[in-house]
Amino acid sequence: MVEGQIPIEEYKTGNTKHKWDFNKLNFAHRIVAEYDYKKGEINKGYANRTLYINLESREIKEKKVTEDMKKKFTGGRGFGLKLLWDGIKPSTRWDSNENELIITTGPLCGATQYPGSGKSICLTVSPLKDIICDSNVGGFFGPYLKFAGFDAVEIQGKAKHDVIIIIDGEKGKITVETAPLEETDSHLLNEQLTHMYASEDNDKSRQKISVVTAGKGAKNSYWGCLNFSFYDIRRKVSRMKQAGRGGLGTVFRDKKIKAIVAKVESFTGISNNPANPNKIASVGTKLHREIRDLDRYQCNMRAVGTSHLVEVMDEYDLLPCENYRFGSFPKASKIYSPKFYERFTKIIPDGCWHGCTMACSKTVDGFKVKTGPYKDQKVTVDGPEYETIACGSNMGLWNPDWILEFNFYCDTYGLDTISTGTSIAFYMEMYEYGILNKKRCDNLELCFGNFDAVMEFIHRLAKDNKSEFITVAGKGIRCVKDWLKKNSWGDPLLIDDCGMESKGLEYSEYVTKESLAMQGGYGLTLKGPQHDEAWLIFMDMVNNAIPTFKEKAEALHYYPMWRTWFGLNGLCKLPWNDIEPANNAETEEPTKVPEHVQNYVEYQNAMTGWNITKDDLIMQSERCYNWQRAMNVWMGRGRRKDDWIPYRSMGPVTEVEYLSRKDRYNKLIVEKLGIKEDEVEKMDTINKIKLLYDYRQDQYQKLADAVYFRRGWTPNGIPTPQKMKKLGFTDKKILDMLQKAIDEDDIKGLNVWGGKYKKGEKPPSIDPKYWEKWKTL
Amino acid sequence: MSIKVNGKQVIWIENETVKQLLKRMKYTFPLVVVKINDKLVPRSSYTETIIPDKAKIAVIHMISGG
Ligand code: SF4
Repeated sequence: MVEGQIPIEEYKTGNTKHKWDFNKLNFAHRIVAEYDYKKGEINKGYANRTLYINLESREIKEKKVTEDMKKKFTGGRGFGLKLLWDGIKPSTRWDSNENELIITTGPLCGATQYPGSGKSICLTVSPLKDIICDSNVGGFFGPYLKFAGFDAVEIQGKAKHDVIIIIDGEKGKITVETAPLEETDSHLLNEQLTHMYASEDNDKSRQKISVVTAGKGAKNSYWGCLNFSFYDIRRKVSRMKQAGRGGLGTVFRDKKIKAIVAKVESFTGISNNPANPNKIASVGTKLHREIRDLDRYQCNMRAVGTSHLVEVMDEYDLLPCENYRFGSFPKASKIYSPKFYERFTKIIPDGCWHGCTMACSKTVDGFKVKTGPYKDQKVTVDGPEYETIACGSNMGLWNPDWILEFNFYCDTYGLDTISTGTSIAFYMEMYEYGILNKKRCDNLELCFGNFDAVMEFIHRLAKDNKSEFITVAGKGIRCVKDWLKKNSWGDPLLIDDCGMESKGLEYSEYVTKESLAMQGGYGLTLKGPQHDEAWLIFMDMVNNAIPTFKEKAEALHYYPMWRTWFGLNGLCKLPWNDIEPANNAETEEPTKVPEHVQNYVEYQNAMTGWNITKDDLIMQSERCYNWQRAMNVWMGRGRRKDDWIPYRSMGPVTEVEYLSRKDRYNKLIVEKLGIKEDEVEKMDTINKIKLLYDYRQDQYQKLADAVYFRRGWTPNGIPTPQKMKKLGFTDKKILDMLQKAIDEDDIKGLNVWGGKYKKGEKPPSIDPKYWEKWKTL
Repeated sequence: MSIKVNGKQVIWIENETVKQLLKRMKYTFPLVVVKINDKLVPRSSYTETIIPDKAKIAVIHMISGG
């Protein structure tokens, strides 16, 4: 036992206990649809069928997973995209009847021998963006869905009343039933349903249940997340992990789904029936040992989870403070990981799926709530993870307990902490400039550091009757920008530059001003500014390892492909590079962690019986990545203009930002713009900001040119049919659609490079329609 | 008298060890690989290895995060 750890048998969370009349709750249920299915065996990681449920027509059916589907889309997110392509229209919007909510698994999902193998991937047309959003999440639901017999569940249509969907792998039965009396807030609803659907009244039975829920906030905003439960047998708490990004929970509640319950009869480490279980065990054992022996000297994730990143980001000027104006702050040490370590309950393992030695899913048990409907109750708070803590710094909340309170309510109301925190930070900055004020903010003093106002805002968001401000504010930064501009409140350019969203999705929590590659890592993406495509800040800004556009573009090709791969397979990214083998430094490309890449090759081969190489892994991702971009084009997006990012993520918008890093920016003007030092000293700050403004925007355009070229896309960002054919796609519908889009761009004169190339500088290709010359077709 | 750290010119300090240099550069991230003139410095030697004048130092930060 680790020092300071509490013996499990002595452990009590101290949480407030709730009693419900389960008979009464159950009695109020009415069955809307039922479907019996034949339980089947999983074969080499695949259940070989998906589940389709239409809540309007009440149709429930199985769909076969073909070999061709596996070959082209691999699984997980790839399967989700294929199902969406077949199920929705280009005009489908988040609240359209035909929009689908999909939860997928992946061939490696559910294994327990290799750390981080329990992730689900969720997809839908997002309310924030009008394109597809994907989000990955831990918890037991994904593995249980597969063990119940399905590689994915696809839900279309809307129910008339609040319903629960039960996927009962014990009986081989799907049931949709109304659930009028259950709680709506996730921490309570999870607990209720875990108890109600467990076969017996004991912890072992409860552990065979996993529940997906959203909450009141998800219903009333565009920031709805999905909570995926995992019953913690030590704490006796139904804990939750979140599929946060893009408003999945909003779609869930719009379909009137109150919860989805998955139940399994039993499972073992080899329920996936791998082709070579011994190989998986040996590859997994190696990584288990590595984590056990080395984590404490590396990231210390087993003790503090991802919270260790707070101090790292603060030191490197990357921690978003006061709406990304600054990358570090004098008060930041108040929310460093030791402050959370003091509060975390020290029971390990803390994995969000069985067999994850990394065990980074920390909790604070018995946390006394200070505000709102659960005031004075004691609850378990899952997290906070780095991103949530950094929302605290972004809003100026320098108190760990305030961050825990924010975390708890966002989770239970079904709100994505990232979108909520980033948006509030923007509203706070607008408040500081007088563009928003108390009157415009529904009487809230929404200024940096005002914890009471933040919590009151969140509580009002969870209520059905809302003021104009709360209604608009809950739709995210893009809507608020339009609202402010429509009312002529403030300088439109300042509003646009400060609001940290791209494609309608709010930024995750890193300051990118000094890393052009990471600006691309946020902007030149499929779903928007989430760091799960590429995190290149160190490689670019600190290591200085990718100085040219070509090198940055290569990194923006490789890393998004690599990270996409985790989502195809049902894996967590963290055990790839938040731990490294002892000899990693001696390898040729330590940042790629070559030994772990080889592990993944062996792991997938051992599960599926395939014989793939590490290049094939990238190819699997490239297919999925390009398909998703093509679907963005299909839905009227996926062009250069859609990849634009707010200037706050490129450089200093305001004088206070410039002056806070004056030496850095002055030097940059001298070095990059060739202006003499004494002249720079004499210039006023506004003019210097303007010079940087033009320079950095042009740099971003040039980066986009290089990246589109590397990816085989047109200069306006469209995957070419030629590229799609190279990837093995022959679907005429998608190829014709892309060609039509390119032809339309041509008429508008958009097939041209975006950067302003001076003498001596060259675009990626002299011919902007370079792909037309490819001979390999 | 200077050294290059990740491509940037930095003043050379006599008898400075790798550990001290990392501290001076505020490179606090634990997952780094250090190379002096392309030669790897084992993590266990950071406290003894002295940085020579005109050295080219690479402090490669692993990606981590997210
Ligand atoms: S590393 Fe952390 S988030 Fe990933 S699977 Fe393990 S416990 Fe879950």
